[in-house]
Amino acid sequence: MTADGCGAPAGGAPVSAATDAGAQAVVQGKVTRDGSAVAVGYARLLNSGGDFVAEVPLGEDGGFRFFAAPGSWTLRVLAPGNVRAERVVSADTGKITELEVAV
Amino acid sequence: MSRSDVLVDAEWVEAHGGDPGVVLVEVDEDTSAYDKGHIRNAVKIDWKTDLQDPVRRDFVDKAGFEALLSERGIANDDTVILYGGNNNWFAAYAYWYFRLYGHNNVKLLDGGRKKWELESRELVTEVPQRARTSYHAQEQDQSIRAFRDEVVAAIGNDNLVDVRSPDEFAGRLLAPAHLPQEQAQRGGHVPTAKNVPWSKAADEDGTFKSDEALRALYGDEAGLDFSKDTIAYCRIGERSAHTWFVLHELLGQPNVKNYDGSWTEYGSLVGVPIELGDAK
Repeated sequence: MTADGCGAPAGGAPVSAATDAGAQAVVQGKVTRDGSAVAVGYARLLNSGGDFVAEVPLGEDGGFRFFAAPGSWTLRVLAPGNVRAERVVSADTGKITELEVAV
Repeated sequence: MSRSDVLVDAEWVEAHGGDPGVVLVEVDEDTSAYDKGHIRNAVKIDWKTDLQDPVRRDFVDKAGFEALLSERGIANDDTVILYGGNNNWFAAYAYWYFRLYGHNNVKLLDGGRKKWELESRELVTEVPQRARTSYHAQEQDQSIRAFRDEVVAAIGNDNLVDVRSPDEFAGRLLAPAHLPQEQAQRGGHVPTAKNVPWSKAADEDGTFKSDEALRALYGDEAGLDFSKDTIAYCRIGERSAHTWFVLHELLGQPNVKNYDGSWTEYGSLVGVPIELGDAK
């Protein structure tokens, strides 16, 4: 990921030092159906007011990652077949918040 | 200008995507998405390596745009249908480029790749072979591109629309939330700018809202004066190309410019006014 880019790969941009969130407030996780990864779909991040903030296509492993600000967020998953799922999640600076969303 | 001049739907693409004189082009935020599967007959344009100058912070120049389209097999009289992920974010950016270099027969697939995928429509990995063309671009249409001095001059005078998220507008984030917060410039927004996040113009499936809903969003709710000129900006000019499309192409506002320098330029300028905090 370069400083001038807006492009994020499916699943979200990598955390540079894999397990270290540094100064970031990372929200990441996986979307599964019956224990298997959902590879086609979208994860959307909504703020506490319900407004859309960001979206990434799910990775091959059903993964997604956002670099949020500290606070409460709603994660919404969309997948083919009118699948929708939502989770409320809180993010903190320097922490990676993990969640698994079964649809 | 009506919607049918600038938008097509999935049914149209399924019926006409392979017609002579029609070229489908995928432009994605995730540039590997095309390789995993794309709409039949679509070629790919990489928003970064194809459309940006590799050294200077600027676009490919006219000769570069001509070389790109010639190599992709796109002719001057082709109807170009652009689509991509994330509510057509990057497809709208490419649309603005095509118009900037004078290709007027260009449209977006409403809803883009997301709606297509969520409806489980066909995606293929086969890459179409298109014969090389000799594309001739026009000089850049500066009536749709704003530079920094115009932005400063517009403060308090014309409409400024900051299309980033409220957290970026307020100065709490420096980049969209799906990207690392690694920028080193000042946070905040251009004084007197209204904050209308670009994504508010689209429904959840990525299709554009109705003209009535869009007029209400930018006019009544945000307080844009439609009798004035407008400059839209974001962080690097891509999300604001989406808003430029809405204001200029869908709502038919005459003087709308995209400031592609956007916050990465403005927030690094010495001496320009910056405002912090949430929209009032």
